[in-house]
Amino acid sequence: MTTHDRPQPFHAGIDIPLSRRTWTVGLAQALVATLFVGGLAGGCSKSGETLESSAAAATPRGIAVTDTEVTVGQLHSATGTMAISETGSIQAEQLAIAQINAAGGILGHQIKIIQEDGASDWPTFAEKAQKLLVNDRVASVFGCWTSASRKAVLPVFEKENGLLYYPTFYEGLEQSKNVFYTGQEATQQIIAGLDWLHKEKGAKNFFLIGSDYIWPRTSNKIARKHIENVLKGTVVDEQYYPLGHTQFGSLINKIKLKKPDAVYAIVVGGSNVSFYKQLNAAGVTAENQTLLTISVTEDELLGIGGENMVGFYAAMKYFQSLDNPNNTAFVEAFKAKYGEASVIGDVTQAAYLGPWLWKAAVEKAGSFDVDKVVAASPGIELTTAPEGYVKIHENHHLWSKLRIGQVKADGQFTVLYESELIEPDPFPEGYQ
Amino acid sequence: MNSDLFSILVMQSFNGLSNFCVLLLMALGLAIIFGQMGIINMAHGEFLTIGAYTTYVMSVVSQTWAPWLLDAYFLLAIILAFAIAAGIGLLVERLMVRHLYERPLDSLLATWGLSLIMQQVFRSTFGAREVSPTLPGWLMGSVRPTDMIDIPINGLVVMGLTVVLTAAVLLALFRTRWGIEVRATTQNRVMAGAAGIDTRRVDRLTFALGCGLAGIAGAAFTTIGSTGPTSGGLYIVDTFLVVVFGGAESLIGTIASAFAIAQAQATTEFFMTGSTAKVLTLLTVILILMARPEGLFTVKVRK
Repeated sequence: MTTHDRPQPFHAGIDIPLSRRTWTVGLAQALVATLFVGGLAGGCSKSGETLESSAAAATPRGIAVTDTEVTVGQLHSATGTMAISETGSIQAEQLAIAQINAAGGILGHQIKIIQEDGASDWPTFAEKAQKLLVNDRVASVFGCWTSASRKAVLPVFEKENGLLYYPTFYEGLEQSKNVFYTGQEATQQIIAGLDWLHKEKGAKNFFLIGSDYIWPRTSNKIARKHIENVLKGTVVDEQYYPLGHTQFGSLINKIKLKKPDAVYAIVVGGSNVSFYKQLNAAGVTAENQTLLTISVTEDELLGIGGENMVGFYAAMKYFQSLDNPNNTAFVEAFKAKYGEASVIGDVTQAAYLGPWLWKAAVEKAGSFDVDKVVAASPGIELTTAPEGYVKIHENHHLWSKLRIGQVKADGQFTVLYESELIEPDPFPEGYQ
Repeated sequence: MNSDLFSILVMQSFNGLSNFCVLLLMALGLAIIFGQMGIINMAHGEFLTIGAYTTYVMSVVSQTWAPWLLDAYFLLAIILAFAIAAGIGLLVERLMVRHLYERPLDSLLATWGLSLIMQQVFRSTFGAREVSPTLPGWLMGSVRPTDMIDIPINGLVVMGLTVVLTAAVLLALFRTRWGIEVRATTQNRVMAGAAGIDTRRVDRLTFALGCGLAGIAGAAFTTIGSTGPTSGGLYIVDTFLVVVFGGAESLIGTIASAFAIAQAQATTEFFMTGSTAKVLTLLTVILILMARPEGLFTVKVRK
């Protein structure tokens, strides 16, 4: 590196080859470059390859179960950027397990939880999964939230023949002997919602928006196929922004220019808040624009502020405001344990199902053995689910309904529509 | 249709200007700390977060105990955000940064560590979930000069704030005794000391001021985004980018650089997808920095 053209401080007799500032500038340039590369790499790793899991050779693994106690693992991010989203799942799973224990446990065994922190870091998830399965020999694990963390632990669960209950709605294209997916896969969440927009709102032109990683991109791909091939409508534009993006002015102007019948939005995380705040500030509201999202639950609304989204729609399988006895009891128990102000989103409810589905399968199998539990699972019904009724499909996903909720200013949804039970289809033909 | 296009053009220009102001507001504090003092403050984003949380707390406080304050709390929050961020900045300078003036690499690591500590403190205090202050009514909505044009009011407020702050910083640097001392210290610390300037005191004030400005930026950003323990981190890369691209020692360079990056971003964003636009902007910046490693503007110093 030459220094002749750099500003040099005037110094009398003291020979300092490089001024501190010059050197820090260079350093900072390197730093900025590194941060960008790091950021991009982080983004890429979120979009891991979709892999159809092979039936891995089942390694025999003893399970930590005594005469009175069985140990399970909980693997979520309690710290780091994902803690925002995963806290609700942690709470819901612990609530379910506490309730099961209070009612006598499973097959006479009380459930003991070992909680590990994935710290929003995917390799850490894999490492902790290994620890839970090999060292603690847990009977099952409730955990993961992002697809990236699930992809990271999947090989571990298959190799060690573990059992994972995964709560998040996700992009599909995956099925493993060792995983049960208690949230919806993409087609369940997308197709019925688009049909509703088409039928009830007469939407023909759609504007697709997403954060730039695997879930929004795969979901929008399915949405586009459905819009073009089934609804015979058009996609006027499809736009992606990096995770964490906070300036949506240009996007909003594009929406104004294209004037779509409906905006279909899959923006996630902190970006959500900026997007809807700016949309509102730019005068795009429910009065003049139909918008349906599949990425805003009560949890996100807490940050966005209901007043910024009033009248927009969300497609989910669960809303806190669902009016049925199961849900009333669930919401009451949740608030009693975690405070009156807590809100419950779609994933939180799906996480709550995990321990109950596992209990039902263990009782049907009469054993904690993973192979037996997996074999007993398909066909298991849960009539006590807060979302109403779910049934485990042979592909390890759940039959469930889709609902459309309309945002209210207080951060809750009014449920406007409820579909029939939808069969899970993680590898949808004609949609890839 | 033509009037449509015209309206979009107007709104898009405003959008570019508004992005410019956001970038500049972010970078102003860092331009002082990094540009003038040469400290790589990786915790700069967290000082932004302090400002944002101050606004949030003020919003909750005024909602709970002083509803009559709701319309005005935001202005109060800005002042408080400055005071608190500057105060903590002063403390950090005292305890940590001043020991690292001659060791830029160590200052990088130490402030990075500080940023992690601060994030965890935010998380323990305010929870992991993102929060938003309730904004006073006058900050919401948009100005509509014609039927088609919507100019967001929060954008206007951020713009106004940026103009005032930038002017204040420029004035302070070039028209006050403190400014002369800072510039003298920047150009030659040993000589400045010899001329009777208390360079340690200058460092302290400069660092605190930079942190305070970050606090104000954080308060302003609550109008456009949310606040979480790691929100500040989102801005740190862009902030360094603006300062380095502009020429670290030049405040005018920072302004020009913020303008260039924001306009390039806004224009490309309109014609292609957001991610591609960002990549294109960054590539351009990298190319220019390869040709001009000191950034757009450099201070002429006798060699």
